[in-house]
Amino acid sequence: MQRELIKGNEAVIKGALMAGCSMYFGYPITPASEIAQAAAALFPLLGGTFVQAESEVAAINMVYGASATGARVMTASSGPGLSLKQEGISYIAGAQLPCVIIDVMRAGPGLGNIWPEQGDYNQIVKGGGHGNYKTIVLAPNSAQEMCDLTMLAFDLAEEYRNPVVVLTDAYIGQMMEPVEFPRSRKKVKRQPWAVHGDAESQGNLVSSILMNTTLLEDHNFALQKKYEKVAQENTRYEALHIDDAELILIGYGIVSRILLNVMQMLRDQGKKVGMIRPITLFPFPQKAIADACEVAKKIMVVELSNGQMLDDVKLAVQGKSEIEFYNRMGGAVPTVDELLEVVQKYI
Amino acid sequence: MKAAVLKKPSAFYDKFERKGGAHQETTHYCPGCGHGNLHKLIAEALTDFNVADRTILISPVGCSVFAYYYLNVGNVQAAHGRAPAVATGLKRANPNSIVISYQGDGDLAAIGTAEILHAANRGENISVFFVNNAIYGMTGSQMAPTTLVGQKTTTTPYGRKVSNEGFPIRMAEIISTLEAPVYVERTALIDFKSISRTKRAVRKVLQNQIENRGFSFLEILSPCPTGWKLSAPDAQQWIRDYMLPVFPTEVFKDTTKDAETLQYSHREYTDGEVLDVLGLSELGERKEVTKEFLDNFPVQNMKIAGFGGQGVLSAGVVIAACGMNENLDVTWIPSYGPEMRGGTANCSVIISNKRIGSPLTTKPNVLIAMNGPSLDAFEDDVVPNGLVIINSSIVERRVKRKDVVTLYIPLTEIASNLGLTAAANMVCLGAYLEFTGIMDYKLLFDVIPKTIKRKNMIETNIKAVEAGVQYVRENAGKN
Ligand SMILES: Cc1ncc(C[n+]2csc(CCOP(=O)(O)OP(=O)(O)O)c2C)c(N)n1
Ligand code: SF4
Repeated sequence: MQRELIKGNEAVIKGALMAGCSMYFGYPITPASEIAQAAAALFPLLGGTFVQAESEVAAINMVYGASATGARVMTASSGPGLSLKQEGISYIAGAQLPCVIIDVMRAGPGLGNIWPEQGDYNQIVKGGGHGNYKTIVLAPNSAQEMCDLTMLAFDLAEEYRNPVVVLTDAYIGQMMEPVEFPRSRKKVKRQPWAVHGDAESQGNLVSSILMNTTLLEDHNFALQKKYEKVAQENTRYEALHIDDAELILIGYGIVSRILLNVMQMLRDQGKKVGMIRPITLFPFPQKAIADACEVAKKIMVVELSNGQMLDDVKLAVQGKSEIEFYNRMGGAVPTVDELLEVVQKYI
Repeated sequence: MKAAVLKKPSAFYDKFERKGGAHQETTHYCPGCGHGNLHKLIAEALTDFNVADRTILISPVGCSVFAYYYLNVGNVQAAHGRAPAVATGLKRANPNSIVISYQGDGDLAAIGTAEILHAANRGENISVFFVNNAIYGMTGSQMAPTTLVGQKTTTTPYGRKVSNEGFPIRMAEIISTLEAPVYVERTALIDFKSISRTKRAVRKVLQNQIENRGFSFLEILSPCPTGWKLSAPDAQQWIRDYMLPVFPTEVFKDTTKDAETLQYSHREYTDGEVLDVLGLSELGERKEVTKEFLDNFPVQNMKIAGFGGQGVLSAGVVIAACGMNENLDVTWIPSYGPEMRGGTANCSVIISNKRIGSPLTTKPNVLIAMNGPSLDAFEDDVVPNGLVIINSSIVERRVKRKDVVTLYIPLTEIASNLGLTAAANMVCLGAYLEFTGIMDYKLLFDVIPKTIKRKNMIETNIKAVEAGVQYVRENAGKN
């Protein structure tokens, strides 16, 4: 089938609709606004719901309500909006509801600016809101993956009854690339735990409150078990040339695209450089990195944040290999030449 | 005479199993609390209307956080103040359900002010029960936004002071000023008469939703003997003496009769319809291209720059689409962030036979400079032997570099001769493909009709391509 040349942010919405998503609640923010605009244009044409909420707080709680009925529902925002959504995400995780949240990262802290950064890593990957919960986090690096991983996000959310965040950045969102879309829309199944407003589901309760400490502790342990299961079943990454690599580059999102050039250029010079690109940030591809350290003497982490992913890489490497680190922040994105120069020092 | 048999309405659980513990027949509310009364009135109405099975109750954060212990309906517990947003999601997902947002004064009138106002303003077809007890019951009798002036609470130990805390807020009055709500009333739970009135109001607010008439709001002045440190009878008297003068009980708005009933429809869409809506039905099959073409394709790292309005972004999209149609890998990205300079609009386009890494062309092998500032900004970046196409109608200078290939074309002049100055970008693409031969310029004829939004411009744009091709043919070698 022919592909469509489309922006990543718009591919998210087409992918979501093909995944059976029927409801979108959001609040505009650059650089995620195209997602809301595409949703506003397309959802109503397929009998779906688009509501521009009064805030991100309201939007995520609308998502909570819609999700409680088992509908496939989503929202999208950027850092400042995600900060506001954290309360709702904690409730959604606590009540074990499925939903998809897109974070098109911009630079912070505070209002920062609208250029790409990866400074939301910790608030998204480590829980972000209160309590012992995790979201499943997917990190696309192309318009095709903006579609594919959004679709996957709906399936994972439903399978594990957990919020899934697609963590991306202003470049991946703004960039146009060819995307191949599926040809048939997913049918949404009725969920036995949901409140449908009918006799069959009358006895159902969607809630995150458990006053009894034993019950709440059990619930917490059950959640951790679920996250372990996700890690076993759905850790995803892309590994390139790692079999003989002496130096392995690690980066996600737009950074991984730049690292790809760097790796190719060094390979052309006969240098043994490989690359691991985490596709799931939670679960983090810990084992893949640890295994690669058996061969690689050096690991190089590149990110657009202050070592937030570096911490996870350190946990994976466990001191087995040396780790080098390079980062940019505030909306600055390294060029291929810039990274090439840095990486060359280590090989 | 037949004696009326008082029994629990069926929408009320007989035994409160969710409560756990020893006393599963009694509620967790304090004696004399208004919450229990109101629960009962709601349960009675749901039972009488025979809609308990369709009902979804949202328990707020506050003393009524456990409302789901008692009402035998679908239950959802919400974060503090967010019930109207949760109700919006529930009702929109399931228009046939009866959605109740049950909230206290801290929940609705403090932390959740935005959510209630906007749910009301959107006219969500839901029923809101707002329990005003002038205090935060659950957390230990702190001040509420509805606390009376002078009233002592644990956070206004000297009494609520206007200079520090302002005045009690009248939510029913505020909501009634909005256009969308169809019914807004305030009642009280003090004596038989006021309870009967509340009972009627509860039914009205639910009836409105059942009849799809829109947003209805009932504020209930409700005793909190524990919070007020009063006996149950004294608490009722306190409402009479102190709350009623500030919070009059009346119907503030009733447009129920004129309200148009909301219509809901639902149907499934076929895959064909879905693909039509998403604009994916007419993409066709992928073209077969020869391995030879793919293997020998020279990677194009393009920078296209000019004034806003010269169509540099759309030129980028069109040429990227040509590459895609030839089964190549392509990326397009507009000038963005720190990369933007010189007051120009520009985009990076990469067309490649290999997987593309960074979409940003910092070292282009093709530069299209539609105006002078673009040439100034990017000339030095071009790789040796790269191609620079200059719009000589506008750019006054020559290229300084000696190690690049140049193509000077009066793009704007050619386009305006065709009657459409804005088509200079397409003149350029025609010239570019003819000059380099990397792809057949006729590919543009397929892409342009799909990319250009204004259909009456398609023909001129195609003529523009041809004019660009023509110019290169006629002036070959003259640059
Ligand atoms: C975000 C957040 N802030 C604060 C609280 C603590 N809290 C629980 S109930 C409550 C006040 C409830 O008062 P009200 O809405 O008047 O209900 P009542 O208990 O009087 O029925 C507060 C502040 C909370 N649960 N969540
Ligand atoms: S504290 Fe007040 S509102 Fe809460 S249950 Fe007791 S009387 Fe009712």
